[in-house]
Amino acid sequence: MITVHYFARLRELTGKGEESLDRASLTVEELLDWAEETYPGFGKETIHVAVNEEYARKEDVIQSGDVCAFIPPVSGG
Amino acid sequence: MKRFEIVDTPIDPQTYSDLVLHPAAGAVTVFTGHVREWTHGVRTLYLAYEAYIPMAEKKLAEIGAEMEAKWPGVQVAMAHRIGELKISDIAVVIAVSSPHRKEAYEANEYAIERIKEVVPIWKKEIWEDGEEWIGAQKKYPKKGSGSK
Repeated sequence: MITVHYFARLRELTGKGEESLDRASLTVEELLDWAEETYPGFGKETIHVAVNEEYARKEDVIQSGDVCAFIPPVSGG
Repeated sequence: MKRFEIVDTPIDPQTYSDLVLHPAAGAVTVFTGHVREWTHGVRTLYLAYEAYIPMAEKKLAEIGAEMEAKWPGVQVAMAHRIGELKISDIAVVIAVSSPHRKEAYEANEYAIERIKEVVPIWKKEIWEDGEEWIGAQKKYPKKGSGSK
């Protein structure tokens, strides 16, 4: 089971703050592809993925138990 | 009170200034970022900020560590507020102390630039005729293109 969090525009698009994915493992790129297919308009080109609160690369592998977050372009300050 | 934190209540800059003040500090710079009413000719009614809190606090602390490495002797405390903020409310505070003023100014500016780059915080602008999450793909409504 992999936990994914949604924030800001993505929280509104998906209508949820988080959900669980019943997958043993997948890459960051595969997770982004899944999100784009599941939620049209996701906009994966502009989104980073954090795995266990650290920015991950597209080829990084996510394992069951990991906590992921989709990070759209940030706008703090 | 933590040195690097996300808060959902009004920010008192003095609190963070006090956190970094110590006898060897000859300078303290305190930056406060405020909610601006007019951006590119569009009037903001209020802002709503959201954060991935545990990661945001971790990233603030990392920025603090970067600053202490780049400018030895500086001490840093920073906070960002989330939730709904009115015009002129403080959204972010950065307090930096150093033995001499130059480092305190430089490190403080570095901090706000890094916050805007890496800390998972998002701002939604609410206008008279719409609203939008602001990010790299910044979009502002054209003047007069609103629904009213």
